[in-house]
Amino acid sequence: MIPIKVENIHKNYGEIKALKGVGFQVNEGEIFGLIGPDGAGKTTLMRMIVSLLFPDEGNILFMDRDVVSNNAFVRSHVGYMPQRFSLYQDLSVEENLLFFGDLFNVPKEKQHQRLERLYNFSRLGPFKKRFAGALSGGMKQKLALSCMLMHEPEIMILDEPTFGVDPVSRLEFWNILGTLRDQGITQVITTPYMDEAARCDRIALIYAGNILALDAPDKIIADFPYNIYKIASEVPHILFNNLKSVMEEKDIQLFADGVHVIDRNKMGINEMRNFLKAYLKDDEEPAQSNANLENIFLDLMHEQKEQV
Amino acid sequence: MNKTLSSIIKKEFRHILRDKQTLIIIFLMPVMMLILFGYAINLEMQNIKTAIVDNSKTPQSRDFIEKIISVNFFRIVSVDPDYNNLESLFQMRQANCIVVIPYDFARKLDHQPQTKVQLLIDASDPNAANYINNYLNMVANLYNLDHNDFVIQPLSVEPRLLYNPDMKSAYFFVPGLIAVIILLICALLTSIAIVREKENGTLEQILVSPVKPIHIIIGKVLPYMMIGFLMGLMILVIGHFWFGVPVAGSVVLLNLMMILYVVTGLSFGLLISTITKSQQIAMMATLVVTILPTIMLSGFIFPIASMPLPLQFVSRLIPATHFLEIIRSIMLKGVGISELYKQAGALALISLVLLGVSMKKFSTHLE
Amino acid sequence: MRSNGYAVEVENLTRIFGDFKAVNDISFQVEKGEIFGFLGANGAGKTTTIRMLCGLLLPSSGQATVAGFDIYKEYEKIKQHIGYMSQKFSLYEDLTVRENIEFYGGVYGLSRKEISDRTKELLDYLNLNQQADHLTKSLPVGWKQRLALSTALLHNPPIIFLDEPTSGVDPVSRRNFWLLIYELVEQGKTVFVTTHFMDEAEYCHRLSIMKDGRIEAMGKPRELKIKYSADNLNDVFLKAVQGGAANE
Repeated sequence: MIPIKVENIHKNYGEIKALKGVGFQVNEGEIFGLIGPDGAGKTTLMRMIVSLLFPDEGNILFMDRDVVSNNAFVRSHVGYMPQRFSLYQDLSVEENLLFFGDLFNVPKEKQHQRLERLYNFSRLGPFKKRFAGALSGGMKQKLALSCMLMHEPEIMILDEPTFGVDPVSRLEFWNILGTLRDQGITQVITTPYMDEAARCDRIALIYAGNILALDAPDKIIADFPYNIYKIASEVPHILFNNLKSVMEEKDIQLFADGVHVIDRNKMGINEMRNFLKAYLKDDEEPAQSNANLENIFLDLMHEQKEQV
Repeated sequence: MNKTLSSIIKKEFRHILRDKQTLIIIFLMPVMMLILFGYAINLEMQNIKTAIVDNSKTPQSRDFIEKIISVNFFRIVSVDPDYNNLESLFQMRQANCIVVIPYDFARKLDHQPQTKVQLLIDASDPNAANYINNYLNMVANLYNLDHNDFVIQPLSVEPRLLYNPDMKSAYFFVPGLIAVIILLICALLTSIAIVREKENGTLEQILVSPVKPIHIIIGKVLPYMMIGFLMGLMILVIGHFWFGVPVAGSVVLLNLMMILYVVTGLSFGLLISTITKSQQIAMMATLVVTILPTIMLSGFIFPIASMPLPLQFVSRLIPATHFLEIIRSIMLKGVGISELYKQAGALALISLVLLGVSMKKFSTHLE
Repeated sequence: MRSNGYAVEVENLTRIFGDFKAVNDISFQVEKGEIFGFLGANGAGKTTTIRMLCGLLLPSSGQATVAGFDIYKEYEKIKQHIGYMSQKFSLYEDLTVRENIEFYGGVYGLSRKEISDRTKELLDYLNLNQQADHLTKSLPVGWKQRLALSTALLHNPPIIFLDEPTSGVDPVSRRNFWLLIYELVEQGKTVFVTTHFMDEAEYCHRLSIMKDGRIEAMGKPRELKIKYSADNLNDVFLKAVQGGAANE
């Protein structure tokens, strides 16, 4: 069985082309990440997978069934977590959980077993009487995830579940997702954070309705054809602005701790050092560095812009 | 009962009970409307400001004035104002009518077959002008009877008022108000029920589940039915015990009919809720489509029979029209179901159509 | 204005809601011309602190001045001397770019001439002349973000509060945004910013990390990395908030 197969999806909103022929396949038991900024088309795609929206063109298969003609099947087998917090703020943690248990026709005895398990797992137990609206950002997300798990879905669709969540809660949330993967639950997740992207089994980098890269994160990094040199700096913005005058803008990337340079013309580190010497302060020197996903994403975005 | 449905109902009750502010408004608004309508808008006329110019100043003229005063209807606000300035009394809104007794009142009364008294009326409110005219004629008749009891009246009309013998407007208004308020509040209750879930994003979450539209819709209607019914009952109790409106017919039948009408109101709101995108728009739409037609076209104030034909037809489509006939008949005339099945049928039909369309319009997708 | 020279000075600031201490006796100073990163876990008290500093909420106890003005008595003056931009980019989506700028100019009490001058200036600066009469909702997120920042700066405030300004913005736009922030700092403005992106926190001159209403750690990014013996700020944050025990 293939959990999800997306084939050549197009979707327009009036003039705006939200998706321009997107296709990928999600394998059983993996965490598949759709990585990209707001407006890239991630949410549209997720809503299509759970049958809330229809594609203008192309097909989506959910557990080998066409989504459009099987939306009742999809909706009873999927766990969907929308981007905005979508639980009832005036219901307590427990009331929300039981409501979603009922909604998915989970027998009462089972609901209570699962409730206890979910409390342990999410550490929401002590807060079960608290109104959902009064929870902190991280706890809300864990509650939303738990509500979804009440019916033990085979496939989970999570739309930016860590949006606005602090690093500690994000880490905890990802640890939970890891446990779920170990239990064999297939997950599709979107995130704007590159460190989260690195934790996915496979990712699709998506921007402006196109998939720019699709593979395991390590593989994407390994396949990047150019060397990257990192110039550590105390004042990276000044360095960045200086380098703009000598290098193509797509080849220099601003980071908080310095500027990363892409060696597109394969100059090698020594030649690059000589070339840039005049523009660098004494303590600034290019050093060989490993590419990271952000480097690659930035580069792909530039490439994409040039094509337009 | 289906578990999903009962779960949705339970959840809906929690929303209702936890939103204390809305709950208070739901029960306070009808009371306020009832008091406002019951007291402020009063069709019974009393205390008509009356000025009297007594040019005669005779025992006869004083006797006539006594007669005027003895009728509760007139309140004397001014005696012998400046004759040249009478009009300013109207312009300053100091008087609604002025009775002018001529110099020769007594003389003519004694020696001639007839005498005339002048009555000036501010007819900017034609309804009131009519009343004033009628009342003063009545006073004149009383006076005539006292003074020439030998006059023979070959024909006289003797009216007997049925169902509201004292012509109290509360009898007329309270049932009408019940009709307006129930429709308005019930429609408001459900009009925001589904849009609110659209706005909060909770609908997106529950749509991705095996829940069926019919469960969501019925789950919304049932709890609000109870609220709507309680509210109707409350107005009824206030109307009966405070304003003294009788319930001549069966209380059980009245309540059953009220439940039916509550459902109509709720279905109205649901339809609005399924087709609007924000709570704001839903509320405005509800106010527009419920208040105006209900007040103007249902026979609440203006009799349907005197409307132009097309509007008479429109009034049949308004739920309040049917319910008004039902409630007035039961409360004032004591009529039973055998006379009311048509109206009840009409309400049921309207509800079914509205619910059916809502169900159809309720989208399980986001487009 | 007091002559202590701090843009923001906070002493023993506390805010209690019922029996919950949202902000518990915190003290810190922000220098003029500094980019101060105000980090913390969800519900740690960041938002409450910012609201107090912006004059929207009175403290339960403690002292604070913003741009030299007292937050108890001079909150109206504070509002004239700060710019505020939140992740929601408080722009009116159904107004055009120009109308938004004009509206905010009016809100900040600029004269008609100032408004028209500033509008022209901003449209040039943001390179938005072509889109000036387009509805704001049609702009890409990155541009909206810069427009929102610019409207918050119309009255030329010395201090700018940014509440998660880069949420939902693509990596290229985020970089442009930080370049803009640096330009502001070079003009002498003070920037007070919250973010959940730890790689961005590194752009700040100094950071504080809040936990349960208190400031758990404060210092330059480099100092903090040394103190918590961490490679990056994400680990610093985890260690600070979890009390030294990152759970992995």
